[in-house]
Amino acid sequence: MSAAVPTRAPEAIADRGAPMLSAHGLGKRFEIASGAGMPLRRGPRRHVQALRDVSIELHRGETLGIVGESGCGKSTLARCLSGLDAPDAGEIRWQGRPMAAESSALERARRVQMVFQDPYASLNPRMTLAQALDEALLVHGLAATRAERAERVDELLLTVGLAPRLKHLLPHALSGGQRQRISIARALAVGPQVLIADEPVSALDASIQAQIINLLEELRERLQIAFVFISHDLNVVRHISDRIAVMYFGQVVESADTDALFAQPAHPYTRALLAAIPQTDPARRSLVPALAGELPDPTAPPRGCSFSTRCPWVVEACRAQEPALLGHAPRHAVRCSNAEARVGGSPGPIATSEGEDRVPTR
Amino acid sequence: MSAAWDERWRRMAGNRNLQVGLAMLLALLAAGAFGPAFVRWDPIEIDFAAALQRPGAAHPFGTDELGRDVLARVLAATFVDLQVVAVCVVLPFFIGSLIGLASGYFGGWFDRALMRLVDVLLAFPHYVLVIAIVGSLGPGIANLYLAFALVVWISFARIVRAEVLVARRAEYAQAARLLGYGHARVMLRHILPNVITPSIIFMMSDVVLTILAVTSLGFLGLGIQPPTPEWGLMIAEGRTFLQDAWWISVFPGLAIVYVGITFTLLGEGLDDFLRPKG
Amino acid sequence: MNVAADRSSLLEVEDLRVRFARPGGDLVAVDGVGFRIESGEVFGLVGESGCGKTVTCRSLIRLFGGSAPSAIDGRVRFAGRDLGALSAREWSALRGSEISMIFQDPMTSLNPTMRVGAQIAEGLQRHRALTAQQARAAAIEMLGAVGVPAAERRHHEYPHAFSGGMRQRVLIAIALACRPKLLIADEPTTALDVTVQDQILKLILKLRSDLGMSVLLVTHDIGVVAQTCDRVAVMYAGKIVESGKTAQVVGRPAHPYTRALLAALPAHTRRGVKLRPIDGEPPNLAQPPAGCRFHPRCGFAVEACRAIVPPPVEVEPGHRSACLRTQEIG
Repeated sequence: MSAAVPTRAPEAIADRGAPMLSAHGLGKRFEIASGAGMPLRRGPRRHVQALRDVSIELHRGETLGIVGESGCGKSTLARCLSGLDAPDAGEIRWQGRPMAAESSALERARRVQMVFQDPYASLNPRMTLAQALDEALLVHGLAATRAERAERVDELLLTVGLAPRLKHLLPHALSGGQRQRISIARALAVGPQVLIADEPVSALDASIQAQIINLLEELRERLQIAFVFISHDLNVVRHISDRIAVMYFGQVVESADTDALFAQPAHPYTRALLAAIPQTDPARRSLVPALAGELPDPTAPPRGCSFSTRCPWVVEACRAQEPALLGHAPRHAVRCSNAEARVGGSPGPIATSEGEDRVPTR
Repeated sequence: MSAAWDERWRRMAGNRNLQVGLAMLLALLAAGAFGPAFVRWDPIEIDFAAALQRPGAAHPFGTDELGRDVLARVLAATFVDLQVVAVCVVLPFFIGSLIGLASGYFGGWFDRALMRLVDVLLAFPHYVLVIAIVGSLGPGIANLYLAFALVVWISFARIVRAEVLVARRAEYAQAARLLGYGHARVMLRHILPNVITPSIIFMMSDVVLTILAVTSLGFLGLGIQPPTPEWGLMIAEGRTFLQDAWWISVFPGLAIVYVGITFTLLGEGLDDFLRPKG
Repeated sequence: MNVAADRSSLLEVEDLRVRFARPGGDLVAVDGVGFRIESGEVFGLVGESGCGKTVTCRSLIRLFGGSAPSAIDGRVRFAGRDLGALSAREWSALRGSEISMIFQDPMTSLNPTMRVGAQIAEGLQRHRALTAQQARAAAIEMLGAVGVPAAERRHHEYPHAFSGGMRQRVLIAIALACRPKLLIADEPTTALDVTVQDQILKLILKLRSDLGMSVLLVTHDIGVVAQTCDRVAVMYAGKIVESGKTAQVVGRPAHPYTRALLAALPAHTRRGVKLRPIDGEPPNLAQPPAGCRFHPRCGFAVEACRAIVPPPVEVEPGHRSACLRTQEIG
């Protein structure tokens, strides 16, 4: 069955310890249209810094979870890692060498693939499943004859747990869970070494989520693929990831092994995120929100630490200078300059943001 | 393949508009192809003795001021008008859709330049431009085709471009790029089928408008030239006789109405048929 | 599941059936649903997509947007009144003033061309006959009460100036301006980030205490139910399969579906251990399975389950499960 997904001898790498995929100091900026589209008005252009100095590493056979809420930049990061967008600053490396250097689109496609969030938009509504999978095999020259391609299409479907007889259906005849399986099959068709999953189960019901997560974990084992799993759902990320990077406002604020992150969350935002998850134990209820305030205005970022507008432990030093991502414990890095915050004594009064939460009108 | 085709058959079966529209179209084509053979009068032959006869047994649609059988002329004009309309609609459809596709997909300076051009051309009413071009180049079929090709493509381009702007951001288009597919494949195989439907539907309603435009041009003397039978021309020639010999203008007029209804129904039916059920 | 009507309940729903006409055959989206909500209670209706929870709450106030059902049967009593017998004018007076609703997507639920303060004041002027001045003052107060900072300044603004979480607060302000007795919240936090969800849910709880109102909270997230609701009903394929106090249903689930739903949560499985999904997919409501609707996916199903529609059985006082094998699997 795994013949459907080509396995290859790993490319020779100079340094055995080099990560498969890594980002170094990534920055990415988007312009916002200013004014009501009036071409004559030349106000200052406004930018959103979607990514700021983001560095992550993904090693062979590992699953890296990236967690964060709206505006943290995780989807932008996914697009940069996969090659869909080019970063403005920093670089992406493949096995230690710059990603874009001397590689064709087809080669890059066979290194990194992606599964997207929306199962309803991820498949071409006018192509049958067979056509979609067959095309990938055809373009990449992965099977010699039409008959062989058809056979591999069947194998791919079985690999993701679907009956081959479904292959002549159009996507709208399938459920969300089934569509996600097809997206996974399409990504696997070219035999990638890294799979980036951008919120792959967020749009699915809980019982179907579990099916898809199991499938992904199983495929990872069998095919030895490295995963980047992006989600806002910490419970899911916890189950599937070896390491987790927590993002806030365009930066990585904490990264650690999964167990360590949950046992000893160091960054105040991570702690708030964990506390905000609704627990299924009704005995543990609280009427106090885990995190007060709002995300700062992306076009007018706060000075110093970007979390300072909402942090319960904020001190003056936090607003003076942006903290760097530094080692806190073995394999555990935090972006926080306030030692007391990192260790987590009792917090001061919840900092309320005065007027800084506002999204300005144009 | 069977599941996809079964689905198509099923959707055709329930689609009244499409069925009636197709039936009317077939009837129209049959009338144009075989009708003249069944009418014993020649559409061009002049016979003053038989001029201005009321509709009756010998001449079901009556005769015009030159004694020509109106039924024979209406039937003979069918293919003339349909042919012209076909070219004057299909040509802009192709040109416009492809330009809109490329423009929406690539964006950048090409798209901006194109949109400025569209803005300028849109300042003029469509058919005023067509008439202006035909008027300056002179009447005749070739100039007619040229004028429509130069002017009408804009609507199609705008429709397709708008759809492309949405479609190219859809995840399936992103996935196609991520799989390493080249621009041509992504544009033509992935995006085009998903953006062309509104353009096709518009083409149907454009047929109706184009019939009117072509026949109007005929009416103004700028289209097909006599003695070739053409509905607009026939209406024009009959207008001085409207009081006494209404049948000369009315029957060609009804033919135009019939074609309009046919393509409107086809358009509605196609709209329903082509949209994949979500 | 039918629950005997209790005079003191604020809302009594009995044998609610909602049918939609479809080309391939009618679809019964809600099939015999019944529950009560007391004054001041937060009642949760939880289930996955397609289970009928949204149709249920929209049927309560007869607000369907595009697709209206072809038939609504059953009895709904609110504060003693039979809602089935109301005229259009009476409905209009009821909605927004005694029963309010907030919806899932805050981005599209506000009128983009109307200032936020005006949208809140509108209901007050309509239902409470306040003057424009009084309504404005009340609107500002309401905005403050839902946690919008600088309410005096912000009530002039348009919705696009607010973030998702803030917009949901505005929606809550609109819904609660007239101090309704019942707030229906249909997946109010599903589209929001988890920290914002946390804030909004706690806000709703606080307002419940302050205003003494009841809340019908519809969600797919059992965690949300566990954190906010006093009592809960679990829906599957148009029917209520289990109901009771939250601690009972979530802590000691009796119905196989509830158990399976909880077991499928990643939070309930250790790392490295496979998750336990529920096999199969929810049924097509145009042709539901015979007997118990969950039986095709149920690990405890026996012959009888295919034939008999299980009636609710009491597991413990106040806690009911619609399963033939309730006693055995308890």
